[in-house]
Amino acid sequence: MKEELIIAGFGGQGVLSMGKILAYSGIMQDKEVTWMPSYGPEMRGGTANVTVILSDKKIGSPILSKCDTAIILNQQSMDKFEGMVKPGGLLIYDPNGITRHPERKDINICSIEAAEESARIGNLKAFNMIVLGAFLKKKPVVSMESVVKGLKKSLPERHHHLIPMNEQAIKIGMDKVVDTNVL
Amino acid sequence: MAEKILMKGNEAIAHGAIRCGADGYFGYPITPQSEVMETLMEEKPWETTGMVVLQAESETSSINMVYGGASTGKKVMTSSSSLGISLMAEGLSYLAGAELPCVVVNVMRGGPGLGTIQPSQADYFQAVKGGGHGDYKMIVLAPASAQDMYDFVGKGFDLAFKYRNPVMILSDGVIGQMMEKVELGEMKPRRTSEEVAQQCPWALTGKHSGRNRNIITSLALDPNVQEKTNQRLQAKYAEIEKNEVICQTYRTEDAEHLFVAYGSMSRICEAVVDQAREAGYKVGLLRPVTLYPYPTANIQALVPQLKSIMAVEMSAGQMVEDVRLAVEGKVPVNFYGRMGGMIPSPDDIFEAFVKSINK
Repeated sequence: MKEELIIAGFGGQGVLSMGKILAYSGIMQDKEVTWMPSYGPEMRGGTANVTVILSDKKIGSPILSKCDTAIILNQQSMDKFEGMVKPGGLLIYDPNGITRHPERKDINICSIEAAEESARIGNLKAFNMIVLGAFLKKKPVVSMESVVKGLKKSLPERHHHLIPMNEQAIKIGMDKVVDTNVL
Repeated sequence: MAEKILMKGNEAIAHGAIRCGADGYFGYPITPQSEVMETLMEEKPWETTGMVVLQAESETSSINMVYGGASTGKKVMTSSSSLGISLMAEGLSYLAGAELPCVVVNVMRGGPGLGTIQPSQADYFQAVKGGGHGDYKMIVLAPASAQDMYDFVGKGFDLAFKYRNPVMILSDGVIGQMMEKVELGEMKPRRTSEEVAQQCPWALTGKHSGRNRNIITSLALDPNVQEKTNQRLQAKYAEIEKNEVICQTYRTEDAEHLFVAYGSMSRICEAVVDQAREAGYKVGLLRPVTLYPYPTANIQALVPQLKSIMAVEMSAGQMVEDVRLAVEGKVPVNFYGRMGGMIPSPDDIFEAFVKSINK
């Protein structure tokens, strides 16, 4: 098993931490992982992206030419990363704020209204976990149990009371993800 | 087996320092290596091992604090990035001249000048060929993973004390910022004052009637004395070259073409080797782990089976010069590099490779 994904959006959307939770969940299942962020001004409101690789074997390059999955959360990232998905791969996006929807016909495409759902439950910070839920529904590369363990590892102890809320958000994402192009 | 923790390469440096029994860290923040001191400050090793962690007022101060600490036989280190290392260049030369052990980490970013905060490998010449003035060498280790970052701190101190010589860990923004699994080794206690005095008879540990005065200096006004110092240094470097070369190879057994790359680029080239093999090219990779001493003989040993070599660096072509020196024109040496903080993708390198062998 090897899953190479790129998560991209605005700084502040929780892109990097979503990748970190996924990476930690992989470690809980004894997988090899790499998490390579864009760093620098992105963290202060521009675009941010992270490359996460989960694999049963030792990982060579942490930098990708093509990815299995792209999770895209703003227009700039759509323009940059839609073309990087391998044919037959998966693109997940939140249509909120997207002016040009993905056009490729050779990949699976799903949408998740994560911004809307997070507003509906009154917790905008749950946004990234809703997106993670959508991804895990489509590609269950790690179990829910591992994700909860991963959350425990990546969150400081003072935030552990938020884990059930995060779990709930992941489940919402799993329920609300919609296929828009199926191969 | 010890627990595996997800951490950045920079954090791994901090944990490596604490757990190998380092006595002191002196540094000044700079992207992309600020997490080294941040992690040390969070871990508060002064409360557990007694290790000193101090933010100096500049890189110049940091390196001179290292000089002071090292003079007393303590395991001391600093870290910075590219332009910060330039500020330390004078101190590095003094440390080498006074034969003081220390570990200096450079998490390289793009230059010259203030440049960019994105990753680069353009400080190879500075690390391997000098940087400071005078005929001196640092032992230079090139980590390619977060685990290497952790391991090389302890290894670096071992080499530094074995040869009484500065050791540089030459990393880059990719390895510093990337998170990977790291297995933390056992906690080694810091050396006691008695152990330091016994293991470092040259150190300034306080003169007593049992021994003559120790002098730590890089100054010798008499050229006869200075030449002897230089001869002693050169003899030491020859020993280092004989004993301490480390390199790794990947799929070289039947390789007709060879990539030579270090640090983050060796990781990317590993993927390119697999990609090229799938496309039918017999390709392998040699990764120098020590950049000084350079694995010259290891490259030479592969030359008879090779049709071409390609060095890949995030620079305009620095290490490639050492590859060319090693092969002495016996096989074509090509180069592919990106500069200024751009990271080549596996496809970029593969394309350049195919072009280079069909030209």
